[in-house]
Order: sequence, then C-alpha cells, then structure tokens
Amino acid sequence: MSGLSVRNVTYHWGRHRALDEVSFDVAPGAFCALLGPNGAGKSTLFGLLTGLFRPERGKLVLAGHDMDRATRSALAVTGVVFQHPTLDLDLSVWRNMLYFAGLQGLTGRGMRGRAEAALARLGMEERAGEKVRALNGGHRRRLEIARALMHDPQVLLLDEPTVGLDAPTRHDLTAHVHALARDEGLSVLWATHLTDEVAPGDHLVIMHKGRVLEEGRTPATGPALTAHFLAMTGRAVRADEAA
Amino acid sequence: MKHALSALISICQREGLRFFGQTGRLVAALVRPLIWLFVFAAGFRAALGLSITPPYETYITFETYIVPGLVGMILLFNGMQSSLSLVMDRELGTMRLLLTAPLPRWWLLTCKLIAGALMSVLQAYAFLAIAALYGIRFPALGYLTVAPVLLLAAFMVGALGIALSSTIKQLENFAGVMNFVIFPMFFLSSALYPLWKMAEASALLHDICAANPFTHAVEAVRFALYVQPNWFALGVTVAAGLVFMGIALWGYDPGRGMVRQKAGGPAGS
Repeated sequence: MSGLSVRNVTYHWGRHRALDEVSFDVAPGAFCALLGPNGAGKSTLFGLLTGLFRPERGKLVLAGHDMDRATRSALAVTGVVFQHPTLDLDLSVWRNMLYFAGLQGLTGRGMRGRAEAALARLGMEERAGEKVRALNGGHRRRLEIARALMHDPQVLLLDEPTVGLDAPTRHDLTAHVHALARDEGLSVLWATHLTDEVAPGDHLVIMHKGRVLEEGRTPATGPALTAHFLAMTGRAVRADEAA
Repeated sequence: MKHALSALISICQREGLRFFGQTGRLVAALVRPLIWLFVFAAGFRAALGLSITPPYETYITFETYIVPGLVGMILLFNGMQSSLSLVMDRELGTMRLLLTAPLPRWWLLTCKLIAGALMSVLQAYAFLAIAALYGIRFPALGYLTVAPVLLLAAFMVGALGIALSSTIKQLENFAGVMNFVIFPMFFLSSALYPLWKMAEASALLHDICAANPFTHAVEAVRFALYVQPNWFALGVTVAAGLVFMGIALWGYDPGRGMVRQKAGGPAGS
C-alpha cells in the first residue's frame, strides 16, 4: 500500500490536547488539503509525520512504512516542506541542493543529475549559482519544493508552504503541486488555512482544535468552501462552548 | 554505510563553506588567544616562575606554558560556537532538515560534532603556526602527534556544547550558559597555570581544576605537542566526551518530546 495513513493519533502539549484521535487517509496520487485555522494541530501533525517527535497513541504510515517501526524507511520516501524555511541563506542554491542530497545518501553524477532535474522542474535552474539570501520569498519556496522532490519521494508533505507569498506566486505554487500529484502520482498532504488553495476534486480534511471535523472529497471551492469551512469551525466552537 | 558517509561529507562541507564564506571568522577566532599570548603572557612572564614539570625538561617561559592552554581555548570557544549554531539552526529551521534525514539521530549529531571539531582543529593549527612565527616552537613531530588529541579534545567540548544546546530553548539563554560554562571551565583549569601553582593558592581550587575535564584535554594536548602520551588525561577526555555525547543524545531523543521545542516547536499549534 502507498499513500498516507493517519490512524487514531493523539498528542498533548503539556495538558493541552493538540491532536485528538485524528484519522484520515491520502490515496496514492491524491492531493489532500488539510484545512484548519491556526491552532488546529496541523503543525503538530507534521512534526509527528516527519518523526521529529512520536505520537502518544495512534499510527502513521507513509507509503507503506510505519513511522514508529520503520522511521528511516518512512522518511526516505517522504519529501517535506516545513512551514518555516529550512534553507541555508549563506550558501548558494546549488550548495543547498547538494547538502540535502548528501543527507539523503545521493552521491556522484546521479546526485548532480537529480539536483539539476529538480531545479529545472521548478524553473530554478538559472538561479543555481545565486546565494539563497538573494532570492525572494517565492523563489525560496520553489527551491524548498525542488529540494523536497530531489530524492523522488512517494509522499510530499507541505506545511502552509505559501505563508508570506503574494497571490500570483501562491496560485502558481498551488497549481504546480496539484500537477505533481496528478502527473507523477505523488501523494500530497498540503496544510493550509486558505480555502482558495483547494481545487475541485481534492481530498479535503477539515481540522479544528486537534480534531477532524470532516473528511472526504471537496464539497465546493471558492467562496462556497470558505462559507462551509467557517460554518464547520464556527459550529465546532459553539459545540465546545456549550460543552 | 555509503549513505552515512555521504551525510558526514555533506555536513562537513556545509560547515567548511560557512566557515570560509564568513570572511574574518578565522581572524576573529584567532584574535582572542593571540591577545592572551602577546599581551597577557608577555606581561606575566616576569611575575610567574615555573618549575620543571613534565612534559617540560627545562625551564620554560610563561608564553611557552600557555600555548597549549590557548589551543584549548580555541577548541572550547569554537566547540561552543558550533553548538550555538545548532541553536541558531533550530531557530532558523535548518535543524529540522537535519533531523528528518533518513539516518539514525545519533549519527547525524555525531556528523555535526565531527564537522565542528575539524573546524576547531584547523583554527588550532593556524594559531600554532602564528605562535611558531612568534618564536614558540614545539618538536616537529609534536605537530603531527597532537592532531588526534586535538580532535578528541574538540570532540569532547563540542559534545558538551551539544548537550547544553539540547536543554536550551532560545539563543538568548544560550549566551547566558556560555558565560557560566566557558569562563569557569577555562579559568578553573591548567590552561593558564599549572595545577601545582593552583595548589599553592588553594587546595580547593586545585581539586576543582583537577576534576575539570577541560584540564585533562589541555594536558593531553600539552603532552602530545612534546610527543609524549598522557594516557590518563586522554582517558578522562574520551570518557567525558562519551558522557557529554550520551547526554546530548538523550536530549535530542524524539521519544522524550523535548526535541519538539528544540526543533522549532509547532508554530500555531
């Protein structure tokens, strides 16, 4: 089995329950939008999916590899773009790619070929010699996505990758990653709080306060989805207050 | 194995590129020990008499005595700075990239440690070269035999730095710990004065200095520069390095959940 599976995952920050029995699946080649307001638990879930810390309860399986039992195998088939930039600003674009390649165990000509191909895929090949510090926010994000794809992952995790970007750049990046899922069979988990990044046909998981409120095919897009999302999360808030 | 090696090379290359890319970092690293050598040691030469103790076979000037201690100072400051970069990496997010590589965490931290130690050794040799030009020379073979000892000593202080960084959440806190660790470690050691000199001043001070692992790192370097092994000092240095590394690995264990803060925390969650 490939894709991504999250089963009954629970996690606390001290007394605060950040994730409460979270479960959902992402099929191979599917683009899954993980939609939730700030504090929904999206980044906590990403921390667990990338092995930075372990869930107290539950199971995470990435492309068939159990994150708890086979952490390294799971990480080897996963590409990650974190919410906060993870680039070395003082190194060139090319050196950042090679550094990551080394961490992934890629060496020699194969490594260079993959780095070139990954940069070309995101239209970054002409910027290879530039210092990352000189790149704008959009190009830095493109570079992070290019880097995350260098080792041919089966699962791509992106935690609010468009934060701080202007509308056209956001649109381009979202469209590009949708195309990656469609054309290359990547299972994509795209965390966001912006409903306009969800496309028709996407798998949708709505989270609020550590719980999954809804999972399934996107019921609507654009303003209708925004209204639906607000209604869902607003309803959850009212239910919490009543309880 | 190939994967582990490629990660080690990549991490060392990154450290080297960052080091040589920041113009003036080598100069800045050397200024401190050189001031100690040219100003402090020169001034103390007349005031301080040193008797003949191993590894010295004749009377030596204070400058000659202090050079291994200043080499230790370079290793200590650089080891801590390397750990400081870990805290910065954590705040900047690059630590997440390192910790999510499909390799054992202990190996990733060891790679970081080796890379930092290599940079330290490079700076130590640059300092020894300037000291030689100034007239403080050691047996030619000593420059070779000191290399592995420098690496071990750099590894030990670097592991201490990583262990400290695993318990610190913010860069500002780390600066405070630097003052509480570096200065006591340096001054309460045999870097500036021999232990017997300390004993003359205070038995307690002597005991503290003798228990300080940095003292043993400096002594191991001092003996190695004269092509003499000091097995006890080496043993203490290695043992202390292993203990510090154990604490560092414990601190960065994902099962403990502490790493969640160190890795930058779950913004917005």
